[in-house]
Amino acid sequence: MHIVSHEVPLVWYLILSAVLFCLGIVGFLIKRNLITVFMSIELMLNAVNLSFVTFAHQWHEVKGQIFVFFVMMVAAAEAAVGLAIIIAVFRARSTLAVDRIDLMKL
Amino acid sequence: MNEPLHLWLIPVLPFIGFVLNGLLGRRLPKAVVSAIALLAPLGSFLVVLFASRAALAHTEGYGTWITAGSFNVDITFVLDQLSLVMLLVITGVGFLIHIYSVGYMHSDEGYWRYFAYLNLFLFFMTTLVLAGNALVMFVGWEGVGLASYLLIGFWFQKKSAADAGKKAFIVNRIGDFGFLIGLFLLIATFGTLSFSDLAARVAANPTMSGGVLTVIALCLFIGATGKSAQLPLYVWLPDAMEGPTPVSALIHAATMVTAGVYMVARTHFIFDRSPLALSVVAIIGAATALFAATIGLVQTDIKRVLAYSTVSQLGYMFLGCGVAAYSAAIFHLITHAFFKALLFLAAGSVIHAMGGEQDMRKMGGLRAKTPITFWTMTAAVFAISGFPFLSAFFSKDAILAATFASGSLGKLLWFVGLVTAGLTAFYMFRLWYLTFFGETRSHDAHPHESPWPMLGPLVILAILSIGGGWIGASRFGAFLSPILGTSTEEMSGSLEYIMMALAVAAGAVGWFIAHRMYHQRSAAAQLAAPAPAGYNLLQNKYYVDEFYGLTIVKPLIAVSKYFLEWVVDIAILGGLAWALGALAVFFGAILQRWQSGNIRSYAAWLALGAAVLLYFVLAPHVFGAPSLHLGMAGH
Repeated sequence: MHIVSHEVPLVWYLILSAVLFCLGIVGFLIKRNLITVFMSIELMLNAVNLSFVTFAHQWHEVKGQIFVFFVMMVAAAEAAVGLAIIIAVFRARSTLAVDRIDLMKL
Repeated sequence: MNEPLHLWLIPVLPFIGFVLNGLLGRRLPKAVVSAIALLAPLGSFLVVLFASRAALAHTEGYGTWITAGSFNVDITFVLDQLSLVMLLVITGVGFLIHIYSVGYMHSDEGYWRYFAYLNLFLFFMTTLVLAGNALVMFVGWEGVGLASYLLIGFWFQKKSAADAGKKAFIVNRIGDFGFLIGLFLLIATFGTLSFSDLAARVAANPTMSGGVLTVIALCLFIGATGKSAQLPLYVWLPDAMEGPTPVSALIHAATMVTAGVYMVARTHFIFDRSPLALSVVAIIGAATALFAATIGLVQTDIKRVLAYSTVSQLGYMFLGCGVAAYSAAIFHLITHAFFKALLFLAAGSVIHAMGGEQDMRKMGGLRAKTPITFWTMTAAVFAISGFPFLSAFFSKDAILAATFASGSLGKLLWFVGLVTAGLTAFYMFRLWYLTFFGETRSHDAHPHESPWPMLGPLVILAILSIGGGWIGASRFGAFLSPILGTSTEEMSGSLEYIMMALAVAAGAVGWFIAHRMYHQRSAAAQLAAPAPAGYNLLQNKYYVDEFYGLTIVKPLIAVSKYFLEWVVDIAILGGLAWALGALAVFFGAILQRWQSGNIRSYAAWLALGAAVLLYFVLAPHVFGAPSLHLGMAGH
């Protein structure tokens, strides 16, 4: 049996992307540290980026690549704002445990 | 068709006066307030005089008010013979009463408010009279009710005045309901409210009579009974005497209360087609005339005597309408406006002289102290009693003659009218003797003659009361005939003279009895001795107010309180609102658990929601016919 293509099949990329995304979700849900939670979000974003790039390559569409740039840009902005908030929260509460940042509770 | 007469000025001038005095009057000096208030009716009067030279009838339209399909209501004013004489009386007598008010109200702190209301009244009253269709008339009709309410309750600090205002408004509301139903029926039947169109459409159906026309006529008449204080809705007018006396003269004697008569005359082509409605009008009119006159016999408040007298005289006018003698009714309306305004103003002068005292039992002997008031009042008393060749002699005689000439029912009503004429003379001379003759029965009063702003209008009105009838009923009828049609057949000369003589005799008998009872022997309770029960009945006004209180007001209050308030408002509506609130609280308590404040639980819900959404988006592709072919793409 010959290998028809030397390229890595598309579905592998997508499986990798899904695995990364699920890791991100799980990390977001179970981690207590705010910074880890934050990184989990970045992981999810990058998982999505991966699938964008995959499809763009597969279908010779440049739109997917452009979306990736948008996502990276927003992620960078988000990182700036988010880290600033995290620093502010740490200064105010001396903790980064998400369970204890619950002032919005009724 | 001819040059514009600017009829709109007639109502608008008083309205400007109302706005100026109403908004700025508090800050203006009294002289300016008076000037504004007096110029408004004077200007209207001059416009009317100027317009009267034009060819009648003159119609002016100011645009369309309502358009709904084929139904159309324009804002139109019509100046014809009927509205012309009404306008002359309203603005003319109105102007005189404004002058009088300057003297009468000079020390009242609500001076500016009083004149603002008075001008507002003139605005609505002239609108009512000028209206070219029934809806514009209804606007004026409601407006004069408002002005009347404001002026009856002018001294609202006094509970009785505030109550009287409310009573007048509510009782009028009952009548207005009838008027409104009549308007709806007119729209349903004829599709128009314009008086000229209605007249044309009724005339175009010569066979149409009775039936719906009777219902319309009776509904309109219910409105008239409210506004013009006829049985059974007359109860508000005697209480309306709580207002300042010039108001009683203008609104509750000379003009507003005659609006019902005017309305019936205006829509006479409908009444003419319904013998039943005409009979009802005549019977109610005669019954009211007699009924109110008997109450007037024993009243001790000088203004209440005049109030019941007004109700009684309005009954005469409706009696005239009921026998299709509309011009006679309008004629009596005009003369009544003169002598009743005079009576009220003179009574106001008497009250002024007595320092606010209205009880005739405490008056007496004012003849020498207030000579001008005495002589003008005398003219009015003789006029209303039908003394030969004074104004009411002609107008009352015209009504009675027309009544006598209208069939067998007419004979009975004529007799009622004749008796009423006697009673009228009695109570008027009783008032005259009690007020001006004998000894002063009050010791702390220092009677003094009123100032000239008050006496001037008295003198002018006295001249009109004496001479107002000389125009003659037949000439007056001929003048109004383009609007009201030619009056009924002429009576034979001798019969007419006999009837005149009888009417004068009835008045003379009334005078004679009053003279015997109140002048020769000055004990006021003479009548009570032979028939105390009857005297009590009259003194208490036939217990009509008590009867209405027991049969209408009390049940209404009971229903309002026990059913509407307790059952409907508190139990049903309140319970419903409470139940809705409880429901919201209940679900809120459940949903509150979601708001844990725990970021990870929020995130979990978010992820779950996203998963569910994704499932619904992808499920048709995964499990349904079209699949994604993810692995095979490109090869």
